[in-house]
Amino acid sequence: MRTIKYILQKEFIQVLRNKTMLRMIVMLPLMQMLVLVFAATYDLKNVDLYVVDQDLSDASRGLINHFEASPFFRIHDSSFDLEDGMDQLKKEESDFVLVIPPDFERSLVRDDAADVQLLVNAIDGNKATLVFQYTRGIISAYNKHIVMKWKSLPEFNPPMRVDTHDSYWFNPELDYKWYMAPGILSILVTIIGMFLSGMNLVREKEMGTIEQLNVTPIKKWQFIVGKLLPFLVIALLDLAFGLIIARVVFNLPIEGSLVLLFGFGALYLVGVLGLGLFISTVTETQQQVMFITFFFMMVFVLMGGIFTPVESMPHWAQQLDRLNPIYYFIRIMRMVCLKGSGFADLIEEFVSLTIIGVSFLSLAIWRYRKTN
Amino acid sequence: MKQPNYDNSELNTETATGHLSAKRIPIITVKNLVKKFGNFVANDHLTFDVYKGEIFGFLGANGAGKTTAMRILCGLSSPTSGELMVGGYDVYKQTELIKRNIGYMSQKFSLYEDMTIAENVRFYAGIYGLSRQQRKEKEDRMLKKLGLEPERNKLIASLPLGWKQKLAFSIALLHDPQIVFLDEPTGGVDPITRRQFWDFIYEAAAEGKTIFVTTHYMDEAEYCDRVSIMVDGRIAALDTPDALKEQFKSEDMNGVFLQLARSAQRTE
Repeated sequence: MRTIKYILQKEFIQVLRNKTMLRMIVMLPLMQMLVLVFAATYDLKNVDLYVVDQDLSDASRGLINHFEASPFFRIHDSSFDLEDGMDQLKKEESDFVLVIPPDFERSLVRDDAADVQLLVNAIDGNKATLVFQYTRGIISAYNKHIVMKWKSLPEFNPPMRVDTHDSYWFNPELDYKWYMAPGILSILVTIIGMFLSGMNLVREKEMGTIEQLNVTPIKKWQFIVGKLLPFLVIALLDLAFGLIIARVVFNLPIEGSLVLLFGFGALYLVGVLGLGLFISTVTETQQQVMFITFFFMMVFVLMGGIFTPVESMPHWAQQLDRLNPIYYFIRIMRMVCLKGSGFADLIEEFVSLTIIGVSFLSLAIWRYRKTN
Repeated sequence: MKQPNYDNSELNTETATGHLSAKRIPIITVKNLVKKFGNFVANDHLTFDVYKGEIFGFLGANGAGKTTAMRILCGLSSPTSGELMVGGYDVYKQTELIKRNIGYMSQKFSLYEDMTIAENVRFYAGIYGLSRQQRKEKEDRMLKKLGLEPERNKLIASLPLGWKQKLAFSIALLHDPQIVFLDEPTGGVDPITRRQFWDFIYEAAAEGKTIFVTTHYMDEAEYCDRVSIMVDGRIAALDTPDALKEQFKSEDMNGVFLQLARSAQRTE
C-alpha cells in the first residue's frame, strides 16, 4: 500500500503542476455543460413553414391560423404557386410546404372531407417524422374545431368523444436539457478518464522514465492501480462539478442518491480507465494513444444511446452495446437523476459494469510488461 | 594518456587489489547469452563474469549490442537463450529479486523533470520501501555531497545536464544496491563534470558496489578495472586496460578500440 501512496503523490504533483492539464480539467465541464447541452437538442421549434394556399377561403385561412398559433411552426412565406414551394424546399429555405388545393373549402362543406398536401424535407428523417406528427396534431385539432363549429347546430347531438389527457412522467415539461445533461456528463467523465490516464502512462514511455520504474521492485498491479486512482478521483471531481452546473443552470433534478451516482461513477471509471491504460500499454507514443482512444470514444458515444435511442438500433447492435460501458452509465445517470432509481433497479447495470471493469483492468495489468 | 590520480588513491588500490587477489567473487555470470530480434542477432553468445566490487567497462561502437546486454541484465528485456546470474539470482526466474539489488541509470535521462529534487528522492525512496528516517538521512547526505542543498526544492528541468546526471546516479544508489548499471552516464556532459562523475563511481566502488558501465569515451575506459569491447554483438576482447594495450601494442585504449572496431561489419 505504501508504494501506491507514493505513486499517487507523484501523479498528483505532476497533474497539479501541469497548467494545460489543469485548465482542461476545469474548462471541459464548463464548455460541455454550458454549450453542448443547449446545442444538442432534439426539441423541434421554429420549423420554417411555406404555405401554398390555392383556395384563399375562410376554411384555408382557419387552417393556416392553427399553424401560426403553434409554437413549433413559423410561417416563412406563402404563395399561390406550387412551384414556388418546391423551390423553397430545394433551396432549404423552408422545412416543409403545406399545399391547400383550390377546392378545399368546397370539398369540406360538400363531401365532409378535404385533402391537403404536405411536402417535408426528409434529409433528417427524425425531424421529418416529428414535423409530420406535429402537423397531424394541428390538423386534427382543426378538424375538431370545425366539427364543433359547423355541427353544433341544435338538431345535432354533440359528438361522442374519448378525450385523452397526456401526462409525461419523470420529465413533465419534456425539457430536452434534462435528458441531455446526464448524457453529456457521462461523455465528460469518459473523456477525462480515458484520455488522461492513457496519455499519462505513454508519456512516461516517451520520456524514458518508465524504464527507471521498471527496474524497481514495483509490482505490476501497484503500478496500474497507482496510475488509475488519480484520474478516477479527477474524473469524479469533474462529475461533481458538472452536476453542480447542471443543477444551477438547468435546474436538473437529482432525484436519486448522490452516493449511488458517485459509486456507479467510480465503478464505471475503473472500466474506462482500465481501457485507457490498456491502450497505452500497447502503444509507444501519445499520438497513437490519442488516435486509438478517439476511435473507441466515437464508437462508445455514438452507440451509447445519448443521441439516439438504443431501442431503435438493429438487434445485433443492441447486443454489441452490452460491451459498451458508456451505454450503461448513460442509463444509470438518467435513471438516478430523473427517476430516482435505487440500487435495486440497477442490478443489471451493476453486474455488467463490474464485469467490464474487471476485464479491462485485468487486461491492462496483464499487458503491462516490466520486461520486454 | 596518463592515468588520473585516482589510481593512487586509497579507494582505488583497494578495488585494484580486490580483483587481483585470489578471492575474486563473481557477482554477474553470463554464459552464452544470445538475444535475437527477429533475424537480427544483437548479442551473439556472450560469456563473461563481473567480480564483486570492480568497475567493469562495457565498450563498443553504436549498435554493437551493449545496451541490449545491459537491459537484459537489469531485467528490462528477456534473453533469447543463455545462462545468466545477477547478484546470485537467476535472470529468468528471479527478476524481481534482482531488481531489489541493482541500481540503473539509463541513457535517456529518467528523473521527473516536472518535480523537484526532493520530490524525486521521496518518490524513488518510497518505491524502494525506505523509511522516512532512512530517506531523510540519505537525502541530506546526498545533497550535501553534490552541493545541491540550496536547490532541494527546484524543479529538475531547471538544472544543468551535468547536475541532473549526478543526481540520477545518486538516486540510483538510494536503496544501496549491490550492483549499479550505468548506460553511457556521461554522454553530453563537459569534461569537468565527467571527472566528478567518475569520482562518484570510484566512491561507490570503494563501498563495495559493483559498477557495470558502458561508455564511448576511451579515457573513461582507462578508469575501469576491466574492460570488454563488443564488436558486432560479440565480445572481441576482455581484460584490464593495461593488458589490452599490451596485447594490441597500443599507447592507449583509443588505439585498442580502433583496431577492434575497424573489423566491424555491422553499421548502425
